[in-house]
Amino acid sequence: MSDMSKNDRPFISVRHLKKYFCLDNYKLAKAKARYIHAVDDVSFDINKGEIFGIIGESGSGKSTIGRCVLKLIDIDSGEIFFDGENITDIGKKEQKALRTRMQMVFQNPLASFNPKKTIRFSLEESARVHKIKPEEYKARIKTLMEYIALPEDLLTRYPKDLSGGQLQRLAIARALMLSPDFILADEPVSALDVSVQAQILNLMLDLKEDYGQTILFISHDLNVVRHVCDRIAVVYLGAIMEMGTIEQVYSNVMHPYTEALISAKPKEHPLEKKEHILLEGDIPNAIDIKEGCRFAGRCKYFKEGLCDNRTPKLKDIGGGHYVACHFPIGKTQQSPQNGSADNAIN
Amino acid sequence: MKRKNKTGTFFTPVVIVTGLFLVLIVIVSLFSDVIAPYDPLETNVTDIYEPAFSEGHIFGTDGLGRDLFSRLICSAKTSILNAILIVAIEVVIGVPLGLICGWYRGPLDSIVMRIWDVISAIPPLLLSFILIAVFGKGMMTGIAAIGISYIPLTTKTARSMIMTEKKAVYVEAARSMGFSDARIIFVHILPNIITPMISQFTLDIGTAITSMATLSFLGLGVQAPDADWGTLLRDGMANLYNSTTLLFVPAICVIAVTVSINLFSDGVQNYLDPSSRKLPSFKKYDKKHSLKKLAASSEEA
Repeated sequence: MSDMSKNDRPFISVRHLKKYFCLDNYKLAKAKARYIHAVDDVSFDINKGEIFGIIGESGSGKSTIGRCVLKLIDIDSGEIFFDGENITDIGKKEQKALRTRMQMVFQNPLASFNPKKTIRFSLEESARVHKIKPEEYKARIKTLMEYIALPEDLLTRYPKDLSGGQLQRLAIARALMLSPDFILADEPVSALDVSVQAQILNLMLDLKEDYGQTILFISHDLNVVRHVCDRIAVVYLGAIMEMGTIEQVYSNVMHPYTEALISAKPKEHPLEKKEHILLEGDIPNAIDIKEGCRFAGRCKYFKEGLCDNRTPKLKDIGGGHYVACHFPIGKTQQSPQNGSADNAIN
Repeated sequence: MKRKNKTGTFFTPVVIVTGLFLVLIVIVSLFSDVIAPYDPLETNVTDIYEPAFSEGHIFGTDGLGRDLFSRLICSAKTSILNAILIVAIEVVIGVPLGLICGWYRGPLDSIVMRIWDVISAIPPLLLSFILIAVFGKGMMTGIAAIGISYIPLTTKTARSMIMTEKKAVYVEAARSMGFSDARIIFVHILPNIITPMISQFTLDIGTAITSMATLSFLGLGVQAPDADWGTLLRDGMANLYNSTTLLFVPAICVIAVTVSINLFSDGVQNYLDPSSRKLPSFKKYDKKHSLKKLAASSEEA
């Protein structure tokens, strides 16, 4: 990465991110403590001005990845680079400065606003905390309210008086108050009606087009992700299975898990013939992860002796399309790829 | 027993009656110097043990000829002020401490909680005796002792409330915007958890009045020549054979005020807790918009 010029380097780089949650809180018996492997060796890059999607089942660790990138929770190992700076171990002061550059939009818009405060208070507060002049933030609120197409008299209301769609647009406006460089959107449309979802998604696309906003978009909804994201990473059990641009992942599926996910999408036309790949069993326990491929137990291409013995590395199979599988689909007939370290991202 | 507040308004009959009574008591005690017909300390050896409703003395006089009514309203001021002080100690120390313990957890939380466990294991009255034995008897020691015995419960309530509130999304949103811990705790979380605690504090004022009266009754609280209701009860008890009003009037007073505060705080709690509120019945609505009328209006149209 070092030979890259400054303009080419990714805006956010995550390298070998690991986050384990300790299950047993007995400090004396640390050796016996069990850990949930929420995020296990995840690496990805987000370029400036793109919407990067993370997609996965519930419990796959996608929200944890987002919170780690925002430094809302401490990470166990790995490194995070933000705009060229290593923000893995930064002090409190730098972290406060960083907060003005990274903002977050939550899944449940109603819960993300303080019920006892007016919308105006919630919107203004971050500006006041980060010492922005009143004239400036008042003007900013005005432009933002126009941008999200909501009347200004909503500002005097309380969160409970507004609808989910209005609140989510206000939540996005709140995140934009400090003109952040990066927004983490954690399932921003999952709690909304389908009719309202489109408004929010279009708002996000507008942000990307008008301001070149970089967004990390976490979702479980394949259609939503396909609509908004430029590149996506498919996460399963805390590890990336497949990563690439939308076209690469959707039209040239490489990983059996992605294949199963996409086949689970409902038919777009009743006469369309579609084969469903039914995944058997549940997402395995994230506590004791065995050696081998995480998806091995549910994979229809499972080969004994290889898939359950060696963990496949995330490899570039051309054009920035990464896949972590011994037998990528389309190359199943070939001999298993040996994980070569040079083209795996490091 | 919880009374259901069916109409959803704050002003139920119980709340109105008890509220008015409490307001009256507070006003009388505030202006006791003006209202009192006699100086509460003025002795008059010619008029001792006057019975109630005697001329010039509505509740009679005590063994030193002091007017009981004047003493009663002047000591009401002391009693109520002391109770408010006790609750203030509890709120000012207990709530922030509970919030900080619940927010940061860790060793500080464990230490504070174990100390409070020890304090709550000692009966409140016994704790007061211990503190009075150490610091000497007197009004301030009594207030401090009772105040301290109330702190553990408040701390634990505030702590458990902030621990549930800590996981709320709006708290995470506040953290993601880089707000300081103090700001999150006191500006964001406190307003959201204080309402359920307010009814507890009003209830505590009632308990504090009786607790302080107990200490004074035992001669450990308010010292002569000052008086609160406990002191009056003590005098009344000693002179029960000379005049019954000396005991019964202050006793009724303490009971009336405490019961009023309990009922009033019940009303406050019912109002603040919407789950105990019930929607108004549909009877009124049905009368207004009965099906017949609806049918008639639709026919007209």
